[in-house]
Amino acid sequence: MSGVLANFGRYFLLMKEVFSRPEKRKIYRPMVVAEIMKIGIQSVGIVALLSFFMGAVVTLQTSANIESGWIPKWTVGYTTRQTMIYEFSSTIMALVLAGKVGSNIASEIGTMRISEQIDALDIMGVNSASYLILPKLIAAFIIFPFLVLMGMTVGVMAGAFVGTFTGAISTNDFVYGIQYSLDTFGIVYALIKGQFFSFLLTTIPAYHGYYTHGGALEVGKSSTKGVVYSMIAVMVANYVITQILLL
Amino acid sequence: MIEINHLSKSFKGVDVLKDISANFYPSKLNFIIGRSGQGKSVLTKCMIGLLEPEVGSIVYDGKDLMQMTSDDRRQLRQDMGVLFQGSALFDSMTVEENVMFPLTMFSNLTRKEKLMRVDQALERVNLTGRNQLFPAELSGGMKKRTGIARAIIMNPKYLFVDEPNSGLDPATSIVIDNLIKEITYDLGTITIVVSHDMNSVFEISDHIHFVHQGKMEWQGNKLELLQTKNEAINDFVFPSNYMKEVKENLKEFYKLH
Repeated sequence: MSGVLANFGRYFLLMKEVFSRPEKRKIYRPMVVAEIMKIGIQSVGIVALLSFFMGAVVTLQTSANIESGWIPKWTVGYTTRQTMIYEFSSTIMALVLAGKVGSNIASEIGTMRISEQIDALDIMGVNSASYLILPKLIAAFIIFPFLVLMGMTVGVMAGAFVGTFTGAISTNDFVYGIQYSLDTFGIVYALIKGQFFSFLLTTIPAYHGYYTHGGALEVGKSSTKGVVYSMIAVMVANYVITQILLL
Repeated sequence: MIEINHLSKSFKGVDVLKDISANFYPSKLNFIIGRSGQGKSVLTKCMIGLLEPEVGSIVYDGKDLMQMTSDDRRQLRQDMGVLFQGSALFDSMTVEENVMFPLTMFSNLTRKEKLMRVDQALERVNLTGRNQLFPAELSGGMKKRTGIARAIIMNPKYLFVDEPNSGLDPATSIVIDNLIKEITYDLGTITIVVSHDMNSVFEISDHIHFVHQGKMEWQGNKLELLQTKNEAINDFVFPSNYMKEVKENLKEFYKLH
């Protein structure tokens, strides 16, 4: 228990360092752009691919499970829309990115730690926590809303395409379903969740990388811890945010 | 001058440094030697502010490191150059970007001025024209030289060098030793070298500090080292019959008794 509390304490102290006294701001700009490329643009492919298949599968499964004639067919489009907006575009995508982005961040910073590169920054008088973590955090904060919106769009479009292509639902029914009782707050809710998740996905792996001690084996362990704990944090945050915003 | 007064540091109840005192002077090559695990690295880390000692003071030109505010420490660190054992070059940056990094962070020079300074530093360490190489493309000796160029780019007052010859062949080791010596005398730095390499100690050291079981066991110059009766340092520096013979030959060479 004391270990858990110590980790929490160290995490919050690290965050204090991250947000205190940033170095020359103009140095951060190209770093943020580079991180947007690494965290965001290089994740577009996997987000699009997963969103496509998730949208397609939700459409087919919903269609296959509606046996009663009392339930209108447009429910398939409605369910696909709700699933993609409320859960997939933010939560499931965050879990996927925890694996891709989180392991990358933890191993990158962990390797810098064991090869004394972080010590070199500290010795030079550079706030290493801020220099290494803040650009990643800002980049994720900027790019996440676009990934969330893209996930929603691709998923719903994939549902329409596959539903029509397989004959599971007509285009008209699907379009009616995705327009039915549309509440834009769902999109806002997903975007808010996405921003919280972007914070967790960058800072938790960064924390584990930053405090790596030892060699290559420990970098691997930090990477695993970064991914696992950020996934757990995403699920807990998902519950808390849902409780606050939807109930 | 750097003064260390009665420094003590422990980890989990184990005393690693015990009441260590020493002085380090400008334009001098000060070597800290000792067996592995005796406290050399902890002492150096305390001196550069990476570790906090429990007792004692580390005074840089009259200012106690322990009493400094974080801004003062940042300022002091800009007067420090550190060459790490593994060079600690930033993998994602070229040689030029690595060397330029401290200037980018802490100076208001134009890009042209910074490039000029980088070229001068690279020329000094014999790496002219290697600006665009990445650390992965460099040999061990080139990495050390790039590390030295980065350490001296801000014209530091204090130069810390950790195991400069580890992993290098003897010929390259001599090149690195001479480079450190040249920089120390040219820039007037207080240079502190942590080393196991006795060849370097006899080749370039001005003053030797021997750390043994967490204590400053012995201090002196290389001629005094040849004459000392201290058992611990004799066992460390001259452990074999061959080295004992070398010691006698050196004493004869320097006409010591």
